[in-house]
Amino acid sequence: MFNKKKLGTVALALGTTLALTATSAWAKTTLTVASFPSFDQAVNSAIPLYKKLHPEVEIKLVSLAYGDHHNAMTTALATGGNLPDVMGIEYGYIGRFAASGGLEDLRAAPYSAEQYEKLFSKFTIPLATGGSGTLAAMPADIGPGALFYREDILEKAGVTHAELTKDWDSYIAAGKKIKEATGSYLVSSATDIKDIVIRSGLKDGQGIYFDADNTITVESDRFKEAFRLAKAVREAGIDAQVGAWSSEWTEGLRRGTIASQMMGAWLGGHLNGWIAPDSKGLWRSSQLPAGAYASWGGSFYAIPKKAKNKEAAWEFIKFMTMNKEMQIAAFRDLDAFPALVEAQNDDFVNQPIEYLGGQVARVQWKEAADRIPAMDVHKHDPVAEQIINDALEAVLERDADIDTVLADAAKQIKRRARR
Amino acid sequence: MSSVESAVRPPVVKIRKRTLKQRLNASGYKWAPYLFVSPFFVIFAVFGLFPLLFSLFLSFHYWEPAAGLGAMEWVGIENFTFTLTDGWFQTSVYNTIWIALAAGIPQHVVAIPLAYFLHTSFKRSRNTVVGMYFLPFITSSVAISLVFTTLFSRDFGMINMLFTSAGNWTVGDIQPLAWLFPTANIDWNRPEYTKTMIAFVVFWRYVGWNTVLYLSAMQTIPKDLYEAATVDGAKRWQQFWYITVPMLKPMMFFAVTLTIIGNLQLFEEPFIITGGTGGIEQAGKTAAMHMYITAFVEGDFGTASAISWILFALIAFLTWGNNKLLGEKK
Repeated sequence: MFNKKKLGTVALALGTTLALTATSAWAKTTLTVASFPSFDQAVNSAIPLYKKLHPEVEIKLVSLAYGDHHNAMTTALATGGNLPDVMGIEYGYIGRFAASGGLEDLRAAPYSAEQYEKLFSKFTIPLATGGSGTLAAMPADIGPGALFYREDILEKAGVTHAELTKDWDSYIAAGKKIKEATGSYLVSSATDIKDIVIRSGLKDGQGIYFDADNTITVESDRFKEAFRLAKAVREAGIDAQVGAWSSEWTEGLRRGTIASQMMGAWLGGHLNGWIAPDSKGLWRSSQLPAGAYASWGGSFYAIPKKAKNKEAAWEFIKFMTMNKEMQIAAFRDLDAFPALVEAQNDDFVNQPIEYLGGQVARVQWKEAADRIPAMDVHKHDPVAEQIINDALEAVLERDADIDTVLADAAKQIKRRARR
Repeated sequence: MSSVESAVRPPVVKIRKRTLKQRLNASGYKWAPYLFVSPFFVIFAVFGLFPLLFSLFLSFHYWEPAAGLGAMEWVGIENFTFTLTDGWFQTSVYNTIWIALAAGIPQHVVAIPLAYFLHTSFKRSRNTVVGMYFLPFITSSVAISLVFTTLFSRDFGMINMLFTSAGNWTVGDIQPLAWLFPTANIDWNRPEYTKTMIAFVVFWRYVGWNTVLYLSAMQTIPKDLYEAATVDGAKRWQQFWYITVPMLKPMMFFAVTLTIIGNLQLFEEPFIITGGTGGIEQAGKTAAMHMYITAFVEGDFGTASAISWILFALIAFLTWGNNKLLGEKK
């Protein structure tokens, strides 16, 4: 009996192997995946694992620089040619791509992804939702906002962590103390403060610049407060006035002349990897000041309507987004915070991070991820962002009146978002 | 016998018997030249003419590109009226012309004397020197822009280091150069400096190209003109002013035309230097960048096409003006 059963298993295994070799011999599917650095690394490390499960599928990864990739995808969608089977999309483009109608609706059959939606951080799904309730993409990773700061600089200035994060006024006061005691700037740019404040306090379904009913919201208190605080930071002389990712910025973080930086949790990986590996153990992470929760980026996978191997593409996307092991691997290697709740609850999250002085920071990021509101994205967000950045420059550089520039900005946005 | 046969048989039959090869020979391969030049026309039709006509067509539409070709929506001349009344477009055109003048005029003012100097002073090593001047032109503009961004960096850039060390140079208690040089680092990304920085990079890049153009033109000026001038007692600067410069006029027309076209299409240098945003208050945003941002950031390809046609009209107008100014008088 036992032997028979075993025999059966062996036969079954043999049969499956044969069947698999047969399919691989007869119909080898080549799945094209288009992605961008460093999101493409997740695909790269997934290929050998995926091939064990699906030896019949050959995966071809096409990777371009961030901007080039999204431009290429825009052109591909426009012309319907050269489309990949699986398309990686970054946060900044998901709204426009989701609204375009060029991507498969994953809520419809045969995907029926609605059943999986509850598996992900709740704010990710609305980002990928187009008009009329279609779901254009599946979330892979997210960027819960965190405040990274230099513990040693705070100590030197006698500033406590609570002072730094209690509210914005105490944050600015702490910055002044740090500047006085150590000469370090608190933030890289006053614009950073604006970016967080306009994103905080949003309700589910509200957009940053546009409400659910397309009204422009840049004249609201949220923006006035954001501009006021940014100006206060500039006047206090606690911002280094450098843009993120510039050489001054990386050098500032490396040399400790910039004492803190608010960004997605993935900044920890960048700090450790190449920005400031020498200050290992000196950095810490905390929630954003004043109880703000915001999201910095995130990546998605979608299937274009004109893709050739939709079935295989969907299998692959499910593997990339819903396989816990895969998500944790990306989390460990790239600090890409998983969108999959199951992966967020894994014991891995409770492990201390050596770079952050043994802090158990991932728990904190998870808490932030839970509280990020389901923000609505609008196709004119990039236009509005440019206009608001210009308006803030006018306030910071030329001392323009906040109410006036915001009223102008609203008019500008209305004019440019004319369709 | 043979004469009778030939009289009976009409010659038409003979022609019918000809092979294909013979017939082709008879037609003289009249189509052959067309075949040989066709690659150009095919390639031009696909990559030149079609995009050209398509962008003209597109400029009268609103188009959400990610939604596919079917999503075009006829809007008439709205894209054109919007662009012409748009403050951002006006700023970008102003920036473009500012940079074109600030980079373009010095290019020629420096290149002509420089070419004269190379022409008269170097004998054997001239080609090496010319090659060195030409090098920036063939280097990737992205690489150049990245290098200059580093050089112009506020805190760690070499240019600021040179300037401030000159400004802070002390003799006893006074700083004799402080009136001329800054004593603190300049943030070149501030709106008042961005254009200057871009113009400098563009000038540096194309001055060698223009020098080579002028040098080649100088080499065609007959030597006997100079000999006659020397006999007449003309000094070197007089020879330059009264012989070289007038004889260079056709080349000036050509080089200035190239500069106008090139500078009005300026894109890579400002794009890299300002990180793709156009800089603070869009101080470094050129018209070509504005077109790119309209298409790829705002996703409005129709308006971007309209911008490109307006830019085309502007370039055509300025080239016409240049023709009036420097071109052959008929």
